Amino acid sequence: MSHKTIEQFSEEAKILIADYVTRVDDLKAKERTKIPAQEMPAQDPSIRVNNLDEVALGYTMEQARIEAMRCLQCVKKNCVDDCPVKIDIPRFIDHVAHSDFEGAAGVIKEASLLPAICGRVCPQEVQCQQSCTVGKALKDVDKAVAIGRLERFVADWERMTGRISIPEIKPETGKKVAVVGSGPAGLVVAADCRRQGHHVTIFEAFHKLGGVLRYGIPEFRLPNDIIDREIETLSAMGVEIKTNFVVGKTRKLMDLINKDGYDAIFLGTGAGLPVFMNIEGENLVGVFSANEYLTRANLMRAFEKGKADTPIYPSKKIAVLGGGNVAMDAARMAKRLGAEKVYVVYRRTEVEMPARKEEVMHAKEEGIEFLFLQNAKRILGDEKGKVNGIECLRYELGEPDSSGRRRPVELANSEFILDVDTVIVAIGNSSNPLISQSNPEINVNKWGNIIVDENQKTSMEKIFAGGDIVLGAATVILAMGEGRRAADSINKLLSS
Amino acid sequence: MNKILFKKQLSKDVYLMRIAAPMIAEERAAGQFIILQVDDDYGERIPLTIADADIKEGSITIIYQVVGKSTHALSKMKVGDALPALVGPLGTATHIENFGTVVCVGGGIGVAPLHPIAQALKNAGNKVIIIIGARNKELIILEEEMKTIADELIICTDDGSYGRIGLVTEPLKEVCEREEKPNMVIAIGPPLMMKFCSETTRPFGVFTQVSLNTIMVDGTGMCGGCRVNVGNQVKFVCVDGPEFDGHKVDFDNMINRLNSYKEIERDVHNCYLDALVDEKESKI
Ligand SMILES: Cc1cc2nc3c(=O)[nH]c(=O)nc-3n(C[C@H](O)[C@H](O)[C@H](O)COP(=O)(O)OP(=O)(O)OC[C@H]3O[C@@H](n4cnc5c(N)ncnc54)[C@H](O)[C@@H]3O)c2cc1C
Ligand SMILES: Cc1cc2nc3c(=O)[nH]c(=O)nc-3n(C[C@H](O)[C@H](O)[C@H](O)COP(=O)(O)OP(=O)(O)OC[C@H]3O[C@@H](n4cnc5c(N)ncnc54)[C@H](O)[C@@H]3O)c2cc1C
Ligand code: SF4
Ligand code: SF4
Ligand code: FES
Repeated sequence: MSHKTIEQFSEEAKILIADYVTRVDDLKAKERTKIPAQEMPAQDPSIRVNNLDEVALGYTMEQARIEAMRCLQCVKKNCVDDCPVKIDIPRFIDHVAHSDFEGAAGVIKEASLLPAICGRVCPQEVQCQQSCTVGKALKDVDKAVAIGRLERFVADWERMTGRISIPEIKPETGKKVAVVGSGPAGLVVAADCRRQGHHVTIFEAFHKLGGVLRYGIPEFRLPNDIIDREIETLSAMGVEIKTNFVVGKTRKLMDLINKDGYDAIFLGTGAGLPVFMNIEGENLVGVFSANEYLTRANLMRAFEKGKADTPIYPSKKIAVLGGGNVAMDAARMAKRLGAEKVYVVYRRTEVEMPARKEEVMHAKEEGIEFLFLQNAKRILGDEKGKVNGIECLRYELGEPDSSGRRRPVELANSEFILDVDTVIVAIGNSSNPLISQSNPEINVNKWGNIIVDENQKTSMEKIFAGGDIVLGAATVILAMGEGRRAADSINKLLSS
Repeated sequence: MNKILFKKQLSKDVYLMRIAAPMIAEERAAGQFIILQVDDDYGERIPLTIADADIKEGSITIIYQVVGKSTHALSKMKVGDALPALVGPLGTATHIENFGTVVCVGGGIGVAPLHPIAQALKNAGNKVIIIIGARNKELIILEEEMKTIADELIICTDDGSYGRIGLVTEPLKEVCEREEKPNMVIAIGPPLMMKFCSETTRPFGVFTQVSLNTIMVDGTGMCGGCRVNVGNQVKFVCVDGPEFDGHKVDFDNMINRLNSYKEIERDVHNCYLDALVDEKESKI
């Protein structure tokens, strides 16, 4: 497949749009479903594997308008039902179709605080786009209206034209809210509580804000500039920020209330502790959790060789174990850091893979090799304790398991050896133990996730929680949704 | 921002610094550590034990040995400079109680983290025997401070330039052989030293605690880089440790993992030193 440049996409779209633009309001449903779905322009794969710039380049203005015209403006809004924060999708898309991007931004902002981020990283094909009428009519979810890309377009347009406005802040209430963790859940709580006039402090363990948005998801998928802008907005709103501050260690959780006068606390501490497979050889030199690998590369900037002090393991042949977004990010980062061969080893097939489709497609274009229906049995090492291969097993799909996915069953005597020098384990995270360790009175489930009620309240007075620490490893938009609900509860509590 | 309040060179490559960190001073307990960066964009996150704290001054004390780029850059910072990032106290605190007789063994820079622990054990009413080891006389630190705590102080050097000649494991064995066997041993120093201290006490069945200094990134249980095998279970040093039962630690694996980046670090360090030399020469 030859690579299409953004200029080519732009030319095509300009020709197409001439035909529709005069009849925006009169297009019949049939005509709309015939409008070609707009593809996302991207950097040429052979070039992008050598840089960290964003892969997806974003729709051109004409592309956005054409894509928006594909929306049928359904009365029964399936798409909205499947968006965790209930953005009024047809309404914002209608504004895009009419070139009113400012209006579109206004609609999105009613429901979502971080559209530039969600438009980029939401797994749209299993959320808003999953039951889109257009996709259903064309019997292909990939042909659904590209809601996420349109959302991203609108957010980028707003950012690029410098139109981001600082939300209005109600008069100071004198009440104080502590937000623990600066991932998407915490950022939303900070904004929503500050808007009500409360004093808000974000406490973050790391030296930089953003949580997984910063240290997990790489620059080539979510540029740091975008996170920085969101944080600037928070600062401009008067949110106080304390980095290098581990709640539960630097200060006890209850001291924030009892000594420092906070009236409510939100815990958005995220997933933690990477899960390992418990197989032989997992502690050999050259075996990393995806968290460690990506943190070294992203947060500690190990990709900027010569500048960063934090080293990253020099790998030639890497196997990434797992099939989610984390695995894709680790694999694609490894390629950019110079690995010659990168394998993704996954127990099931491509259909069951939880990663976003676009990431899988991009990974393939970048030369990542997928080994489906295979899994590591043990990791092999040389006499110096360094990885020099993994022994894998082949699988087939059997009966569906409790998750509804067909269970992989190993094939007897199917062992073979994969020649690699590095193994990155990306099979999930359990919960961050810091808070529950130092506050045994907080109720957690057997995986260590904090238990909350329907208002995101924990078993402790004045303490709320949300995001991955409650859901287990989930998604950005779900974390934000929980943050929004928690902020509502906190605002209610503080106004009573 | 954490200002450097005081700086002193203790031996050729070892420095002591007092750094403003009022909250950490208040919360910390013996056995805990901090992570600092000399640059918060490109700097490495380096873990260092809190050797002491002064709540009144709002300061913590660190004692560190220059081994690579970050510790070297830190040693070049001056009183009044501020560290862009410093977080703590991390890790779990040492379990302190009156065990009876305890032996505290410190090797090289390990004497620094040992000092607050020995102090706390003394305050809890223990009889404290302290063994300090170093390659030579120049490298012995905190002798005076330890003297005031110890019921008995034994010093050894590899080359015999001070105290007894030999390794710390010899006096440790002798103490274990005494009629009044110690109730507990705590050993802190280079991994090999902790390994051999654990081997020395194993036949005597004396519980031996070690403080592991693995590679770390976040220090909050997120990355898994600090994992070690303890009793055939994977433990994370930053949240489960840093102290563990030395008889259960897989030291060989730990030492291997500690050397993961040795070659790269050496290159980085050498480049960095070359650059410093160039800089100096260009000034001449
Ligand atoms: C590599 C990777 C790729 C991903 N890709 C996608 C994707 O494409 N799409 C998607 O929707 N989701 C993706 N996810 C998942 C998504 O990032 C998470 O679900 C989301 O970030 C969770 O948000 P959060 O606010 O709950 O916590 P986090 O983002 O995990 O943030 C928690 C923050 O709290 C801080 N913290 C923890 N404990 C303390 C404490 N005691 N005191 C102070 N601070 C503390 C942490 O340092 C961290 O900064 C990905 C995750 C990873 C790891
Ligand atoms: C919990 C904990 C407490 C510590 N307390 C102290 C302390 O009080 N005083 C002190 O001087 N040091 C202490 N260390 C070790 C200290 O963190 C390292 O010496 C430091 O990170 C090295 O950084 P660098 O950039 O100067 O050297 P680098 O260039 O990173 O490394 C130089 C050499 O040191 C080795 N090395 C790298 N990291 C470590 C490490 N974590 N431990 C041992 N060797 C390492 C490498 O193999 C390399 O060959 C502690 C480590 C831990 C985990
Ligand atoms: S926030 Fe996510 S799910 Fe909702 S409309 Fe945007 S991309 Fe879709
Ligand atoms: S379901 Fe699809 S076509 Fe219908 S309103 Fe939503 S985005 Fe438009
Ligand atoms: S340092 Fe990252 S988990 Fe311990």
